[in-house]
Amino acid sequence: MLTLLGFVVIALVLLGSAAFAVTRLNLIHAGLAFAVTWLAVGAFYLWAGAEFVGLAQILVYVGAVSMVILFAVLLTQLRMRATLPITLDDERRLGAGLVTAGSAFGLIAAAILVGRPDTPAAPHRALTARELGEALMGQHVVALLAVGVLLTAVLIGAVIIAAPSDPDGTEGGA
Amino acid sequence: MTFGWLEACLLLSAALFCLGLATALARGNAIMVLVGVELMLNAANLNFIAFWRWGPNPDASTGPLFVLFALAVAAAEAAVGLALVVALHRHRRSVKLHEAKSLRG
Repeated sequence: MLTLLGFVVIALVLLGSAAFAVTRLNLIHAGLAFAVTWLAVGAFYLWAGAEFVGLAQILVYVGAVSMVILFAVLLTQLRMRATLPITLDDERRLGAGLVTAGSAFGLIAAAILVGRPDTPAAPHRALTARELGEALMGQHVVALLAVGVLLTAVLIGAVIIAAPSDPDGTEGGA
Repeated sequence: MTFGWLEACLLLSAALFCLGLATALARGNAIMVLVGVELMLNAANLNFIAFWRWGPNPDASTGPLFVLFALAVAAAEAAVGLALVVALHRHRRSVKLHEAKSLRG
């Protein structure tokens, strides 16, 4: 019963904050609402028993990605205003986006509810951090090192892309 | 057709995926498009954890391991995408995606 209550609360917070954030015109409000969405996703991981992944999700998304998004919103603000006026083009695009997303959801929901064979669930075994560490450093060490190199390259690349090309700062911009 | 925990979690992740799809398609701001892509990646990670928890799995560590790698790659992609948005704003003073079409043939 508590499991069901937890799932319902997490699902409501997740979908509610995401739906709220999608419709915000003020990008700061949208960014903060998306942080709540990612917190709810981390809560789902904790509820499902993947503790390490849940805390990693909170660290990475709520901690880092939300901050990067808020920084990008602040750096790209025009005239001290984070909202954009709605045009007819936006309304047409909104309608097309809703229709596409709604039909995609209908298709996926039909596939989930109808198309899957009934497979019995294996008994759940808790995953310790030790097993995760041994798997990462043993069997998947090549992937781990590759992700490390990728993150280093991304850090250097993002700094180079976002930095002004004129080091004296006489070029217009942030 | 049984409706257990697995189906409920898959429906939740499908709803989150479609919310991300609607964001990426309907919003004209480049930052919101990138956030929509992030929501879709999060929905896929939800699927992995749902199948790890309630599906038949011989190896108990595959789900969380894949999600950890997907988390790292998604965060890296968000960082580069937002750096590109900042650079775009510096050159055009605007982040509306449909105005960034000078390379269109």
